[in-house]
Formats: sequence, structure tokens, C-alpha cells
Amino acid sequence: MQEKLILQNKIAKGDFARGGETSSNLKELLRKLGIQSDKNRRVTIVTYELEMNIIIHSHGGEIQVYISSEKIRVVAADTGPGIEDLEKAFQPGYSTADDEVRDMGFGAGMGLNNIKHYSDELEIETGPGQETKIVATVYL
Amino acid sequence: MNIKELVEALGLEVVVAGPMEEEISGVYVGDLLSNVMARAEEKNLWITIQGHQNVVAVASLTGVAGVIIVEDFAIEEEAIKRARERNINILRTPLTAYKLICQLIELGI
Repeated sequence: MQEKLILQNKIAKGDFARGGETSSNLKELLRKLGIQSDKNRRVTIVTYELEMNIIIHSHGGEIQVYISSEKIRVVAADTGPGIEDLEKAFQPGYSTADDEVRDMGFGAGMGLNNIKHYSDELEIETGPGQETKIVATVYL
Repeated sequence: MNIKELVEALGLEVVVAGPMEEEISGVYVGDLLSNVMARAEEKNLWITIQGHQNVVAVASLTGVAGVIIVEDFAIEEEAIKRARERNINILRTPLTAYKLICQLIELGI
């Protein structure tokens, strides 16, 4: 099967009210497509973290999800401000989130680690003052 | 044990009644949502102090049997509305997480 775009959602900065909506919609969609529940779970966790990262850290962005017979690709692209220090961002517990966001149980410094853990492949293009594009792939 | 039996056994407050016949398979305790996303398993009881609407999204995504808010923490109206829409069991107790867990162990969960 040729790769096909199955979901495209714009995500606004600070839109906690809709946090989890993209990943919830995706979970339902993948269930309807008959994707194995463990694969669905992995893709959903990855998408949730990417979604919340856009809400918490970026100026806003978009998530696109592509599927083919062999893999699911989640593409998260935002308009900045970019990840200052990618190595630090991968350290468990490291976060630049403010106290208010942390009080809600976000910004625990687990997000990127979760994304890495549950993806088979992960590509990140970012830098200070730049847009960030993350592509996470889960093989079916 | 299912949610309905648990509510009766411990006198929990039912904030939102979802699928009350849902069988419980274990427990996860946590307030950090990324941790819960990664570690909570389907049909678990999720014990937390978080009462905002993103809790409903995480509960729905992880497929937990229900959420128990401990220490009578406030639950946002919007969270209640969303839980109704998504058919998620939201329960509450004045107990601390520790005391609640002691009781869950006594019940054999």
C-alpha cells in the first residue's frame, strides 16, 4: 500500500483544552483501520507527547500522520522557537516548562524519552530560533 | 472486581459514571501525565490528585477502567463534561493515595 495521509491537525500554542484531541482521534482511526492494539498504543503515546510538546513549548504547529502497509509515520512540525539544547532535552527529568504547566502534571522531562522509547525511528530537525520538525516512525 | 463493586466496597464518590461494569486489572498511581501515558495499562485504576481536563484525555488514551481523585482534590467542570462525553469513570475519595491503596490491597486488587 502506498503511503497515505490519514490525519492532519493544526495545534495552537497553549491550547491545553484540546490537549490529547489529536492523539485520541488517531487512536480511534487506527482502531477502525484494524491496527494491532499494541502498535496503536505506541503510535498514540508518541502522538500525545508530540502534541503536548507543540502546546507547551512551541508557537504552534501541525501534526500529520501517514500510513502504509509497513509503517505509520507521525510528523510534527512547529513554527519555533526551536529546541535550544537537544542533548539536554533528552535527559530524563530535564524540562524548560514553567511551574504552572508542571503543576498540571506536564513538563516532567519525559516527553522526548517517551517518543524515542515508543518509536522505531526518530528524526529531529531543530535548533535555537528555528522551526522544529520531528518524524517518528512505528513499523507495523 | 468491577468499578461498581469497588464504589460500593469503599464508599467512593461517583463524579462521572461511565462503564461501571468495567473489570479492574491492577492499579497505577501518578500525577505526571507522561509517566501515566507510558506506564498505566488498560483496565487499570488510575489514582491521582490531578482534576483537570487533560486527565480525561490521558484516561481515554490509556484505556484505564477509571480514575480515582484522592484527598478530595477539585475536579474542573470542563473535565467532568469531557469525561461524560468520553464515557470515563471519575471517582473521588477524601483518603490519601496511601490509605486508598491499603484498602485496595485488602480487597485483593
